[in-house]
Amino acid sequence: MDDILLDVQGLTHCYRLDRRRTLRAVDDVSFQMHRGEIFGLVGESGSGKSTVARCVMSILHPTAGKIRYLGVNICDPGQFKSHRELLQTSRQMIFQDSTSSLDPRMTVEEIIAEPLVIHRVRSPRGSLRAEAEFQLKCVGMDPGCLDRYPGELSGGQRQRVAIARALSMGPELLVADEPIASLDVSIQAQIINLFKHLQREHGFTFLFIAHDLAVVRYLCDRVGVMFQGKLVEVGPAQEVFARPQHPYTQALLSAIPIPDPRRERARVVQSFDAKQFHREGALYEVSPGHLVLGEGGGV
Amino acid sequence: MSDLLEIKGLSVSFRTAQGEVESVRDVSLSLRPGEVLAIVGESGCGKSVLCRSVMKLLPKNGWIKGGAILADGVDITHYTQRDMERLRGRLFSMVFQDPLTALNPTMTVGAQIAEAVLVHQPGMKRAARRRRVLELMDLVGIPGGEERYGRYPHDFSGGMRQRAVMAIALASNPKILFADEPTTALDVTIQAQILDLLRDIQRKLGTAAVLVTHDLGVVARAADRVAVMYAGKIVETGTVEDIFYDPRHPYTWGLLRSLPAWAKDGEPLYTIPGMPPSLLHPPKGDAFACRNEYALAIDYQEAPPMFRISDTHYAATWLLDERAPKITPPMGGGFHG
Repeated sequence: MDDILLDVQGLTHCYRLDRRRTLRAVDDVSFQMHRGEIFGLVGESGSGKSTVARCVMSILHPTAGKIRYLGVNICDPGQFKSHRELLQTSRQMIFQDSTSSLDPRMTVEEIIAEPLVIHRVRSPRGSLRAEAEFQLKCVGMDPGCLDRYPGELSGGQRQRVAIARALSMGPELLVADEPIASLDVSIQAQIINLFKHLQREHGFTFLFIAHDLAVVRYLCDRVGVMFQGKLVEVGPAQEVFARPQHPYTQALLSAIPIPDPRRERARVVQSFDAKQFHREGALYEVSPGHLVLGEGGGV
Repeated sequence: MSDLLEIKGLSVSFRTAQGEVESVRDVSLSLRPGEVLAIVGESGCGKSVLCRSVMKLLPKNGWIKGGAILADGVDITHYTQRDMERLRGRLFSMVFQDPLTALNPTMTVGAQIAEAVLVHQPGMKRAARRRRVLELMDLVGIPGGEERYGRYPHDFSGGMRQRAVMAIALASNPKILFADEPTTALDVTIQAQILDLLRDIQRKLGTAAVLVTHDLGVVARAADRVAVMYAGKIVETGTVEDIFYDPRHPYTWGLLRSLPAWAKDGEPLYTIPGMPPSLLHPPKGDAFACRNEYALAIDYQEAPPMFRISDTHYAATWLLDERAPKITPPMGGGFHG
């Protein structure tokens, strides 16, 4: 099982609300990511998908469970320490809001080269400027932007800079938390194409978190559906979208708007009464690689 | 049927450190009683500014440069804030994008709706006011009004909060409801419910609505008519069927084609090349020309007028001029099957 890049087992994370109460944001979530695939994580706001991303990036320390990245258990402080260099360079994150994730007082060149400076890595392309220029071209931007500040760029360009910064360390895993939610429709398409290009041509692996299901269907190879902290269904994207098994997935898919007035108006919206969806049991396989949460095959 | 709202050649500018930004340029629109008009466009195209200039809610550095706004047949272009205060609520209300920031976190939801009722019907007795609030909560689909009256916004889910905001907006029986991205902050699962509610209210009360959005899925569900805006101008307007099944402007084609819902497996998504122009110095001619693969030489010289396609359908592109070369549009004519 060499091609498994990330193995998440029984991940649980609780947020402390006050002295007595805790909130179980992620509850016993297990999934695996293969090298070179785009894995989509979907769900409503509050379903815990961002918390999973933050645990995978070691921004949060999970309450329970194991996350193995390239065979290293990143939840174990000892193992983390001895593999620090690998873990901190080969996993990179892209955030939703590029306005707040880029320092407004740094130029594009400084932003892209900053990870190299921090990790004291020599660029394979000679100077830091050459490296920044290379990465900028890689995300489809004009090198003339190197001396600009984020405030001079459009939203789509800023998101490209954020992606270029993540790429500068030569990562293997890119975690993108709602990377296109704050962009315009025509710019969204550009960024989606860029992700697809990076995966196809450069073999990056993506954990792609989104609530826009039409985008996930188009972009992702495999998809996991989260509901109230539980992973209720996971499988190949085509399979899950064509034959959703869990009632929550079915309801979620029925909510995708269709940009076609006649069909959209004919679409019946399923009601979303949270109590009607079961979130007990364990994942069981319904078809190769397609797992659904339920009482052991009894659904 | 007379128009409820008529905008004629409206131009709105902002004074900034870099110079004058022409956000809305020569826009003409009309809204009939009881219809839902969607204004679609990307951020910065002037769609929100257009709404705010009608409500006279522009920030201090913005001003109406030209044109006229007629509400119910009365010219309100030069109305002062005091004149507007009498009009707001009675004639039009607004629903904003984020319900959490629109509501006061320290007041119960019932009290906030009651406040809106009180402002518009000052003489109302306490018990009658409460009845009216419960009636409004029922209208916007907040179940268990009696129990929820005393709850605070943080007890409400996102969808319920947006319903509460709509109840506040409807408290004064407005004739026009402006909804600026009402579903953007909500989950997909709730979006359709809120849009259906908007349509429902429009049917029950005959309220006309102006729906500002960038989401074509929202337009497809809720709008009667659509105006597509680009760089401060309306480039195409028509019924929802005209726009989705027979679009004529290259920008509308681009918007529709770039949706993942229409992508073919394995093919990259269609993208509109380039970026919207800066409105600090709007380009000469058609603002979309430099991103338009069908651009003609004249597009760089002269801005196209609105060409009439049918009684409901108009588009501003030189491609519709009789002298233009015939091209095969990439969409329309039952493209969606």
